[in-house]
Amino acid sequence: MAELLGFPPQVLFGQLLIGLINGSFYALLSLGLAIIFGLLNIINFAHGAQYMLGAFVAWLGLKFLGVNYWAALVLAPVVVAAIGIVIEKTMLRRLYKEDHLYGLLLTFGLALIIEGSFTHFFGVSGQPYSVPAALSGGNNLGFMFLPTYRAWIIVASLIICFGTWYMIERTKLGAYLRAGTENPQLLQAFGINVPLLITLTYGYGVALAAFAGVLAAPIYSVSPVMGSNLLIVVFAVVVIGGMGSIAGAIVTGLLMGLIEGLTKVFYPEASTTVIFLVMIIVLLIRPAGLFGKEA
Amino acid sequence: MTTQALKSATKGKTMNKTKLSFLVLLLIGLVAPYAIYPVFLMKLLCFSLFACAFNLMLGYGGLLSFGHAAFLATGGYITGHTIMQWGLTPELGVLFGTLCAAAMGFLFGKLAIRRQGIYFAMITLALSQLVFFLYVQAPFTGGENGLQGIPRGKLFGLFSLEDNLPMYYFVLAVFVIGFAIIYRTIHSPFGQILKAIRENEPRAVSLGYDVTKFKLVAFVISAGLAGLAGSTKSLVFQLASLTDAHWHMSGEVILMTLLGGVGTIFGPIVGAATVVTLQNYLSQGPLSSWVPVILGLIFVICVLLFRSGIVGEIQKFMKKNFN
Amino acid sequence: MKMLKKLMCSAIVSATAASTAAYADISDNEVRIGYLADMSGTYSALAGPGGLEAAKMAIEDFGGTVNGKKITIVSADDQNKPDIGANKVRQWIDVNNVDMVAGMVSSAVTIAVNKVVESKDKISLVSGSASSSITNQYCTPNSVHYVYDTYALAHGTGEAVVKEGGDSWFFLTADYAFGHSMEADVTEVVKESGGKIVGGVRHPLSTNDFSSFILQAQASGAKIVGLANAGADTTNSLKTAKEFGVVQAGQKIAGLLIFLNDVHSLGLETTQGLQLTTGYYWDRTPETRAWSKRYFDRTGKMPTMVQAGIYSSVDHYLKAIQTVKTDAASAVMAEMKKAPINDFFAQNGQIRDDGRMIHDMYLAEVKKPSESTGEWDLYKILRTIPADKAFRPLSESKCKLVAGR
Repeated sequence: MAELLGFPPQVLFGQLLIGLINGSFYALLSLGLAIIFGLLNIINFAHGAQYMLGAFVAWLGLKFLGVNYWAALVLAPVVVAAIGIVIEKTMLRRLYKEDHLYGLLLTFGLALIIEGSFTHFFGVSGQPYSVPAALSGGNNLGFMFLPTYRAWIIVASLIICFGTWYMIERTKLGAYLRAGTENPQLLQAFGINVPLLITLTYGYGVALAAFAGVLAAPIYSVSPVMGSNLLIVVFAVVVIGGMGSIAGAIVTGLLMGLIEGLTKVFYPEASTTVIFLVMIIVLLIRPAGLFGKEA
Repeated sequence: MTTQALKSATKGKTMNKTKLSFLVLLLIGLVAPYAIYPVFLMKLLCFSLFACAFNLMLGYGGLLSFGHAAFLATGGYITGHTIMQWGLTPELGVLFGTLCAAAMGFLFGKLAIRRQGIYFAMITLALSQLVFFLYVQAPFTGGENGLQGIPRGKLFGLFSLEDNLPMYYFVLAVFVIGFAIIYRTIHSPFGQILKAIRENEPRAVSLGYDVTKFKLVAFVISAGLAGLAGSTKSLVFQLASLTDAHWHMSGEVILMTLLGGVGTIFGPIVGAATVVTLQNYLSQGPLSSWVPVILGLIFVICVLLFRSGIVGEIQKFMKKNFN
Repeated sequence: MKMLKKLMCSAIVSATAASTAAYADISDNEVRIGYLADMSGTYSALAGPGGLEAAKMAIEDFGGTVNGKKITIVSADDQNKPDIGANKVRQWIDVNNVDMVAGMVSSAVTIAVNKVVESKDKISLVSGSASSSITNQYCTPNSVHYVYDTYALAHGTGEAVVKEGGDSWFFLTADYAFGHSMEADVTEVVKESGGKIVGGVRHPLSTNDFSSFILQAQASGAKIVGLANAGADTTNSLKTAKEFGVVQAGQKIAGLLIFLNDVHSLGLETTQGLQLTTGYYWDRTPETRAWSKRYFDRTGKMPTMVQAGIYSSVDHYLKAIQTVKTDAASAVMAEMKKAPINDFFAQNGQIRDDGRMIHDMYLAEVKKPSESTGEWDLYKILRTIPADKAFRPLSESKCKLVAGR
């Protein structure tokens, strides 16, 4: 069979599929970031820590309370969102009048606190979390062996991403949200409780991060530092997609997964760096990002 | 009118005060190594200079760079490399490292300076990640091991810096020079225009200033001085490593500046001193594994309660009670 | 202010102490040990707080004093950063008058620390680091590399695997100095034993997802997938390999740097059948069992080879001081190199002139879940690799202390 760029096509197919799976995580995480940024104008530096919290809540739940994977998939995001809401109500709220950079700095500090305390109590070596029985095993697709759980990741994250997009773009609640992004004062004047809307939005964004964390728990080690290196990659994804753009975050997330996947074949050393290169190039050509509107 | 007059009067007073406090600080700096471990002091001075350089950009240019680690590391690596491989004397090595960092600052600036706020922060972060990758891959940096055993050498080929005391006074001199450059920059017409741009960019544009150029020059100075700090640090520790290039370092310098007081002259020094001292003393006690948590708490408390930082709050307090 | 005072005091104390040190048998009437390791990061489980406990055990077992002088220990977290580690040790020696540094995990930290220790003429006993360069191009007369190194691991595991028919290899290599040297060492062994290398990838340190690399390893058709990485990267590679059914598809995995704590945390289900080289296993002899039991009672975990080695190295150091009646580095080091090491950890161990402690190494295989009788019943020892075969012979050494022999 003919070779593409020196690699047999089936190898490339496999790599692209893997890239798509990693891209699903980027999409979920950057979607949450984008929603938060859209309404709160805050770069949520604690997003990685909240992703980690999601995984840890699932692990702790299983270990001490016997909460299984499927329950954790619902419960962990709720728990972490509740924590997020407390953070928003008590701290972030005070900063809306200040420079947006203070929000970034505050959440950076929070990330240090959360990750530091988990490191203290659990150490950084990963905790094991096994794949749920219904999703163990895998299929041979001919060009690669695809574990069922990885297939589930794509399905689950696409459903959540699309559902979120639909909610924001096609429902009344979403319309309020978009209106709040454009002009919060006007929306308040219409009698909408904007502060509540902001609180809920932050909670939802955080819940998405926690959901991604639970999804990640069975395949990556559940460790306090699992989110910190992922985070700056996800930042880059959001910037490339165009800050605050919902569809942009999802599509770019998947796209960056693919690009990273290909890099892992051709120049693996650079696989964690390539996204930053893409970001710089994109911003030079389209300063507002791929899907962003020029201010 | 009267308030105007009062203001200019207090301004004169603060200028004198600043000079006085600078002299006091210098005096303390001169005698300090007889009381405190010199290597610790040198570390403190290096990070103070780094934070001051960063503050020039954030406090006076209004731009948050999330990539200043790249300059710190560049200074260190280039100095280490030129001293070890080309046999340069320490002052030439430091000069060379500083120039390279400034050149890199020019490149960064060219790409990022047109953007503001969060975009600027993110682009500088991305660029510094590329630099980090470069230093992981480039053979001359020694990868994960770093450049080890950089000789402190002889200043101007004459005075040995091997002992801690002469090394300390060299570092103090470097710091004073760097600090003086920053001080002059801020208090020159250039610095005034920079502040004007920070306060109201459209107005500065309408007054006919080439805003981009001003910001770029400020960025290059800031990068160069960060490089100077890195170069000196590599001489002190005889080591240049990837730690300096990691984005955590960019975060740390933000913390130092924020803690001490953004946009104040002495704030970054106080902030750097506090953070370095904390890290130094907590790292061997029972609290060692709590260091990141404590730093995070300081971050949060600063942002929520003391946005003007230690020095900023003191200034406010003085103004309120003694004017 | 208080801090300033304290510092001033310690500076004065250290100044007076330094001037009298030359005349006293034991400098400032105390033997001071510094324990430096990653206490909270990626490598904290293999040495970390457990290693500190082992060092304290060694001091307690020695009676807390040597020749009537008190033994004290201070510890610090190097965070795997060479600048932090080197700076800490410099301060320990300058201010706290530390005589010996033990522990040390990340090779980058170790090399930096050894430079400081050499320039100040103190002693460092390295137990945690892997890189064989510590006693090769970076060797110093003041350092001992005690437990294992990449040469020993490569030769132990590499030769055994090739002998059993694993003659084509694909590497997953962590893209930094340790990974490169591990890969180079194994490549040499594989080629010497008649095998070949069919490919490899170099992944960034702390890679999040290994599935892409595992897929490439599967596509390569190699019989053996060699993991030239460490810590979280190794455990993640193993997990992903299991998920993608690497072993079921007929390939075998050779973990080149795997510690007891890694196997314990991954579980036997994932790691069974893995062959590895180790310098110590708790369930090998009655002596190892007895010591490990005591360690277990204090920490709740069985010791890794590094933690056991820390105890042994500290003990050997204190014995040397007892014999030569001084803690001056050159005299103690000479005695440490002269006296053989015979304890639960090593039999007829000997420190060579390049600082390499040579002792028997063991080729082990991870048990199947059905063979294991307890939480820590993890390895079976396949064979002993004799000391003279396990480490790089001096004739191949690039160390400045032994060159030309």
